[in-house]
Amino acid sequence: MTRDTLLMPVLIGASVLAIIAACFLGSTALPADRLLAALFGGADAGDRLVVWQIRLPRAISAYIVGAALGISGAALQGLLRNPLAEPGVLGVSASASLMATFALYYGIASITPWAVPIAAIIGALAATALITLAALRTQSVVTLILIGVGLSSFAGAAMSLLMNLAPNPFSLSDMINWMLGSVANRSFDEITLAAPFILAGGAILFATRRGLSALTLGEEAASGIGLDLRRQRIFTVVGAGLATGGAVALAGAIGFVGIVAPHLIRPFVGYDPARSLVPSALLSGLILVVADIFIRLLPTSAELKLGVVAALIGAPAFVWIAMQRRGGND
Amino acid sequence: MTDLSVENLTLRAGATTLVDDASFKLVQGEFVALLGPNGAGKTSLIRAGIGLQSANDGHSLLGGAPVHGLSPAQRARQIAYLPQIRPLAWPNAVRDVVSLGRFSHGAPLGRLKGLDAEAVDRALEACGLTALASRRTDTLSGGELARVHCARAFAAEAPLLVADEPIAALDPRQQFRILDLIRSYVNQGGGALVVLHDIQLAARYASRMIWMKEGRIVADGSSAETLTADRLKDIYGVTARVDGPHIHIEGAA
Repeated sequence: MTRDTLLMPVLIGASVLAIIAACFLGSTALPADRLLAALFGGADAGDRLVVWQIRLPRAISAYIVGAALGISGAALQGLLRNPLAEPGVLGVSASASLMATFALYYGIASITPWAVPIAAIIGALAATALITLAALRTQSVVTLILIGVGLSSFAGAAMSLLMNLAPNPFSLSDMINWMLGSVANRSFDEITLAAPFILAGGAILFATRRGLSALTLGEEAASGIGLDLRRQRIFTVVGAGLATGGAVALAGAIGFVGIVAPHLIRPFVGYDPARSLVPSALLSGLILVVADIFIRLLPTSAELKLGVVAALIGAPAFVWIAMQRRGGND
Repeated sequence: MTDLSVENLTLRAGATTLVDDASFKLVQGEFVALLGPNGAGKTSLIRAGIGLQSANDGHSLLGGAPVHGLSPAQRARQIAYLPQIRPLAWPNAVRDVVSLGRFSHGAPLGRLKGLDAEAVDRALEACGLTALASRRTDTLSGGELARVHCARAFAAEAPLLVADEPIAALDPRQQFRILDLIRSYVNQGGGALVVLHDIQLAARYASRMIWMKEGRIVADGSSAETLTADRLKDIYGVTARVDGPHIHIEGAA
């Protein structure tokens, strides 16, 4: 089927174009010749600064954050056999964000630059493990979503508490930035800090993707056809936790991207969770880069936060997907 | 020859004994019906017997090796399992679901090659699904879906098959079709253990009947030996007249 084989080339092409467009566009548009010159080390210092220090790292941050959330969403949906599972919906992003805020609040972040990403990953892993424990005890996906809602609310409340106790307005605005989620003013230093976790998580999810196909049959039949369920659960949880933690470390909490992208991808890959991972990652990356360009071009007095825009688009999509579900196995 | 040999298996859940000191054998070329009322422990016996659940006592050997020592994939290559509840999470194409039967052979969905592709084609053909191969499973009827699950189990081409109520909720024609499929699998050298509630159909298809009650195996033998009015009264609590292969159940005893 040509539609299916075209999927990957189209996604890769669109991703490259979007990242290039992100370098072009902004408060002052760079003409093509100056952009190319700046990218390849020519042009004047000002142009190089704009491209290499501001626009390119920002676009790449948006892309890898999107990709991490997309692949985690697709994998968690496969593991939990539900199209509504996603790091944001399940409270994983909020928990990661809470731990990152803790690291900032107690000044651990000033000891080592690794503190924030590692704290975010610990938060993400703890939340994913909790959700999976719950998934072992109940077959009902509604229960899982409710636990996710509870986790998100708790993380939100704990962050409110930290804000309540914030010693000064600066740490308050730091925390708000984490809660809202943004890729503004990111540098390649921050990217290199988060990227190893995202790559490791993505690689784990990719390497164990076959088991997600097996889970299409339900857990009982999946173990019947030779899937090691325990191993699959552990790898998916750790992979999604690492990738989501890395994403939160880079951009704060950004929800709902991981739900929309796999939903759009599934019909193109024969509804196979394994085959949906990579295209979902590429599409989520693309969505966030485009959303971030949109934010930068909007003539608002204060720049909108990426996480806010993602939720404004993603939450209605979540409701729509939920309403489309037929009352199947839950 | 592969055989499943369950010896003195006991399985408890808290204070309740689900399976009590059960022993049986399943060999290739046999169609064995597993009968008993709801809650008799049939599913627990199967799950513990093929190593999906750890038994409290006794052991189970698959091809001479303890099932717990086998990896899930090694086990799956020797015994195909069709569980009682068969949810499908996504509306995959029929061929993709049947391809999952090749999972233990390492085949990825959508890109089957060589032996795997041939096994899937054979299973689709045998179950009359060739024309439906690219249909989405959410557009199928209950009977068609049941055949998809059977095809998935056959695609593994494992020497043994365990099916837990494969004909529940099917119309009479579909029940015969599924049991015919299992019978032809047995005729080709497979060994099948099938949980059934239809005693008449069990007597007609099975070469051996294993009767369970309250976690114990109370009888194991051909229908001529084990299918009697007293047995039905003891196992199911029904009064019945048994006349050779014909059974008339008159009501609750």
